This record gives sequence, C-alpha cells and structure tokens, in this order.
Amino acid sequence: MHVDPEILRLVAFLVGVIAFAALNAAYLVWLERKEAAHIQRRIGPKEVGPFGLLQPLVDGIKLMTKQLIVPAGVDPVLFKIAPILVMVPAIMSFVAIPFSDTLVARNLDLGLLVIFAFASVNVLGLLLGAWGSRNKYAVISAARVVSQNVAYEIPMLVTVVTLVMISGTMNLSEIVGLQMGGFWHWNILNLAASPLMPVAFLIFFVCMLAETNRAPFDMAEAESELVAGAFTEYSGMGFGVFFMGEYANIVIGASVATILFLGGWDCPFGLFPGVHWFLIKMYFLIFTVIWIRWTFPRTTFYGLLNLSWKILIPISFVNLILTSAMLKVF
Amino acid sequence: MSDYLKEIISGTWSLFVGLGITIRYFFQPVVTVQYPHQTLPMTPRFRGHTELVPDPESGGPLCIVCGMCEKACPSNCITVRGEKREGVKGKVLTEYTLDFTRCSLCGLCVESCPVTPTKAITFSRDYNLAGVSKEAYIFDLKKRLEAENR
Ligand code: SF4
Ligand code: SF4
Repeated sequence: MHVDPEILRLVAFLVGVIAFAALNAAYLVWLERKEAAHIQRRIGPKEVGPFGLLQPLVDGIKLMTKQLIVPAGVDPVLFKIAPILVMVPAIMSFVAIPFSDTLVARNLDLGLLVIFAFASVNVLGLLLGAWGSRNKYAVISAARVVSQNVAYEIPMLVTVVTLVMISGTMNLSEIVGLQMGGFWHWNILNLAASPLMPVAFLIFFVCMLAETNRAPFDMAEAESELVAGAFTEYSGMGFGVFFMGEYANIVIGASVATILFLGGWDCPFGLFPGVHWFLIKMYFLIFTVIWIRWTFPRTTFYGLLNLSWKILIPISFVNLILTSAMLKVF
Repeated sequence: MSDYLKEIISGTWSLFVGLGITIRYFFQPVVTVQYPHQTLPMTPRFRGHTELVPDPESGGPLCIVCGMCEKACPSNCITVRGEKREGVKGKVLTEYTLDFTRCSLCGLCVESCPVTPTKAITFSRDYNLAGVSKEAYIFDLKKRLEAENR
C-alpha cells in the first residue's frame, strides 16, 4: 500500500503538536505555581515527586475522576461544545508555527492570518460556554470577554500590520528569515524601520496578555467579583479543558511574539540558530507572563478599556503611520 | 498632549519598578517553615495545656496532692486525688485530670502550686492538638507523665 509521505509527516506533526500542547498546559501550571510561590518566598508544590514535578499528573487525575456535572437549565449543546471550541483552535494554531527552519507542520504563506483567525475562535468558545451556562456571573463575564477582546484585537492587529509592512510577507518562516544574524536584526530593535519598534513590542505583549485573559486583564475569571466567570458552571474535565486551552493560548501568544519580534530561532549572537533558541525565548516570555500575573493586581474593567482605546490604539496607529512614512521615504 | 505622554511614560516605568521588586523576591531565599517537616521552636513562655513536672531523681510526679491548684482553678477543670500509703511520707498522687475543654490557660493553678523549688505543674509546649471528640481533651496528666517516663 502506498502512503503519501506528506500525510505521514502531517500525522506525525499532529500527534507531536497535541502532545506538546498538553505537556505545556500541564507543566505551565506547575511553573505558574512554583513561580508564584517563589515570588511570595514560598516553595510551592514539593511533595508529589521531586520538586513537585508529578503534581500536574496528580491534578489531572483528580480532575478526571471528578463528576462531570451538566446543571439543569443549561443549553446542553453549547455547554458541552464550548471547552472544545477553546481547545481545538489553540491546538490548530500550533500547526502554523515554525519552531525552526525545518520544524514546522505546515509552512503556510498566510500563517500569520491563520493564527489570528483561530485566536478569535477562542473568544467565541468562552462566549458560548458562558451563554450556555445560563448563569448571571457567566453572562457578565462573557460580555466582558467580548468587549475586552474587541478592544485589544485592534491594537494587536495594527501592530501586526506594521510588521507585515516591514517584512512584506505573512509567511512566519520568512518573517523569521528576515531577522536572522543577531539580535540587532530582530524586529524589536529594527529602529531603521520605525523608531517605535520596542514600543510596538510592548503593545503587542500587553494585547497578548489581554487576548489570553491573563492577569492583570483576567476580567473573564475575576474570582472576587464573578465567582469563576465563564467557568462557574463547569466541573471536572470540562473545566480542565478550558484551563488547558488557556495555557495553550499563552504558548501560542508567546510563540507569535517570539517569531514576530524576537527573531524566532535566531541566536542573539549569530551562533548556532535552532529550535532551542526559539524555546528559550518563548519560555522567557511565558515566564514574564506569569511574573506579571503575580506582580500586578487586576485592573478595573473601565481601566482596561481606557488603556486600549485611549493609549494602545492611538500609539499603534502612530507607529503604523510612522512606519509607512519611513518605508516610503527610505 | 504632553501630560498624556508623561502619564504613559511614568505609568509604564512604574510597571517596570513593580516587576523589579517581585523578581528580587523571586531570587531571595524561601522564608516559610515547611510545617510538618519543620517546626518553629516554641518560646519559653508559651502556654500549652498544663502538665505534671517529674521528680528529676525518681521520675515520679513532684505533686504533694495539696489540692491548691484544684481550688485555685476558676473553671473547675482540675481533679486531684491522692491516698495515704504505708511507709510513704505524705500523700501519693492517684489521679490528676485536666479538662482542657474548659481551661482558659489563666495560669492560676501553676501560680498556686506550693512545691519548691520547682513547681509540680507547668505549661507544656504542645500546640499540635487535634481530635475528633471532646473526650480526647480530658487529659489524664498522670498517665501522660508515666507514658513520658517509659
Ligand atoms: S490554667 Fe487556669 S483554667 Fe486552666 S487549669 Fe489552670 S487554673 Fe484552671
Ligand atoms: S498545687 Fe501543686 S502540689 Fe498541690 S495538688 Fe496541685 S500540682 Fe499538686
């Protein structure tokens, strides 16, 4: 029987991607707990396995043994489909991410577009789950998630458009290829294209935090006001899948930031580029995301929208105009 | 316009200052006590439930069964019983029960004890108290002392 090697490659990558996403989701929880603990000068998980390394496994087993409760009065279809709608796009996005010049499941010409398209489905998943729950906290949370995501998608996409203008391509591998040869070639320091590039990176990073509903923008899950927001009615693995989806989205966000601004798999000193540099940069960004969560308190909802509409959007437009002017002049 | 920019810059800077503080904490040593594995040393004046002080030579209780502590206790939580025995001077302690459910740790019992130079009862350093029934807190201090001697 003849099997197309391309199909085999895709299957191998798909299995790898799912394993990578699941492993990351599990161990990012561990990282989060450890990092939070050390910021508060505690140890964190340490009893289950060496350094608490088996904790995610035990947590997973615990979540799986819990009863999956579907409360009376929820929309049975939406309620069940929502966690999957959060998880699947997150895993799908991995397909388009180039980890190194050879390690990419699908080198798409419009890779950037694919990732942002899938990223918007994530919001839909949260919205449907919250709406299907018929819980007032969940519905408030859903309203917040949608307005938050609409507000932050604009500066994010404007920043990305700026980058696409500089690179002239939406192919993620090519975008990285243009930044090879040391950290002074990376887009974050591409001051010749626009002196505001470091600011653009900051904007992108803040938007990424907001898009993935991370603190200080975790309006969706504001436990002090909304119980657990959109997840209030979820139990057991229903909640677990949401949780994994969130972490997978953080990995995607950090990967995209690495690709767009930090030169992907390029070494900062021009030596031995490879997948390890990609992972180092990505995990550094994830570390920062967690670090931010344990540093800043949650903003108010109005503060969050004001930040986007009054600061991030104007500045990202200024950057866009400046960049296009620079591209035209030089 | 300049106010707007100033606010953004000072705001962004303050965020970095905050991150600087937490990362310094991140690298500083852990300060928590790993409780079941480690415990804090109790201070000398810590008041746990009372316990009988053993005679340094015989290991038996120093108590002379005078009943002062029983009388002094404002909550009536002490029961002391003793008996006369052939060939022994004074009374011999047969029962010392402390109803810790009512004890307020006021210390009047310890204060009133006439035995010198060391009092016959003292506060223990025991703070690991957990139980499932009220009866678990009616302590037989004589038995406790005997258990310690063994
Ligand atoms: S400490 Fe106070 S309340 Fe407790 S047994 Fe002694 S006298 Fe009674
Ligand atoms: S006051 Fe001291 S000697 Fe007297 S009965 Fe109480 S413990 Fe024993």
